[in-house]
Amino acid sequence: MVVFGLWIINKAGGLIFQRNINDGLAQLSQNEYLVMAGTLHGIHAITSRLSPVGNSSGAQVIEGESFKMTIFLTLTGTKFVLLTSPADNSADTLLPRIYEAYADTVMKNPFHTPEMPIRTEGFDVRLTTLLGS
Amino acid sequence: MAYNVPNSRMSVYSASSVSLNSPPPSSTNVSRFSLAGTPVTPVNTSTTALSTTANNKTRAAIYDRNLNKTRTAQVSLSAYAFLFSEIVQYTQKRVSGIGDLERRLNTIGYRVGTRVTELLAWRIESSSKVPKREIRLLPALVYIHTQVWKAVFGKPADAIEKSVEKDDEYMIIDNDPPITRHISIPRDMAQLSCSALTAGIVEAVLDGLGFPARVTAHSVPTDTFPQRTTILIKLDPSVIEREDALK
Repeated sequence: MVVFGLWIINKAGGLIFQRNINDGLAQLSQNEYLVMAGTLHGIHAITSRLSPVGNSSGAQVIEGESFKMTIFLTLTGTKFVLLTSPADNSADTLLPRIYEAYADTVMKNPFHTPEMPIRTEGFDVRLTTLLGS
Repeated sequence: MAYNVPNSRMSVYSASSVSLNSPPPSSTNVSRFSLAGTPVTPVNTSTTALSTTANNKTRAAIYDRNLNKTRTAQVSLSAYAFLFSEIVQYTQKRVSGIGDLERRLNTIGYRVGTRVTELLAWRIESSSKVPKREIRLLPALVYIHTQVWKAVFGKPADAIEKSVEKDDEYMIIDNDPPITRHISIPRDMAQLSCSALTAGIVEAVLDGLGFPARVTAHSVPTDTFPQRTTILIKLDPSVIEREDALK
């Protein structure tokens, strides 16, 4: 029951926020995170077109032996990705609350430029209360 | 904090007070707020013509409405936060520094404040049996601290303090100002306080009550209240002189 990290990917596939919360996964360089985010964005675009009937929301959970990746897609195309341990089931409740914190502290902040990396102190504080350091 | 000419913003006040003294026809009143759906060129349309052209949908001009209709109405804080965020972004694109940005926000607040003064005078004093106007400084400050704050923010401010060093400085303190609750100031603009808008409102109310002052906002974070803001009021020397004469 561990939350490893959080990514926020903008609608163009760029990583605009990345934070490690607990150790457990391999530490990557900033560049590698950017590549991973771009790849995930592509995979998500493919999975959303795979369904033979009607529309699909795209990949929601990607599970591995040591981790689980829960993807929360907002109406505006921003993706919140929470990396947790496979047994963890708190992601479904955490992600909407992270989205809420994002809406409050990032989107209502006049000093944030949409689609650009998030450097907002208030968001960090809210995340710390939600997820721990 | 430079103490500039106290009436540098009088131009705004007089410009808006001209239209207050002689209210134009209601059709032009509506267009001043440039709401979506209102006619853009109402120069020759009278009120009656407006009502017939708009499919008999008569929407009363804001000045024709009962003053108490929206007395207890509340505005969504989220909607307001987005609006204020846009105001700050819009202003920031058109200024050359933090001081300039604060001055512009102050001016916007001033225009809000002139209206708040008038509206509150009608709302609070019209129902009173002995309508009065605050003429002494301390009651005027308490009036701002409670009545104005309640009308604008829905709660009274947290404290009024008098400066220890200077006789002409007073402070109104809000531990968590709702309008800047979601704003994180970047490090390179640390001295900026978006509560300059509130300072403008206070300045206009003080001006309206006859206490000209220079009002600025400063954030004074504490551990329990990271958003704590002080509205610093520096009174015009004439106010101090009058207060002393009235003693």
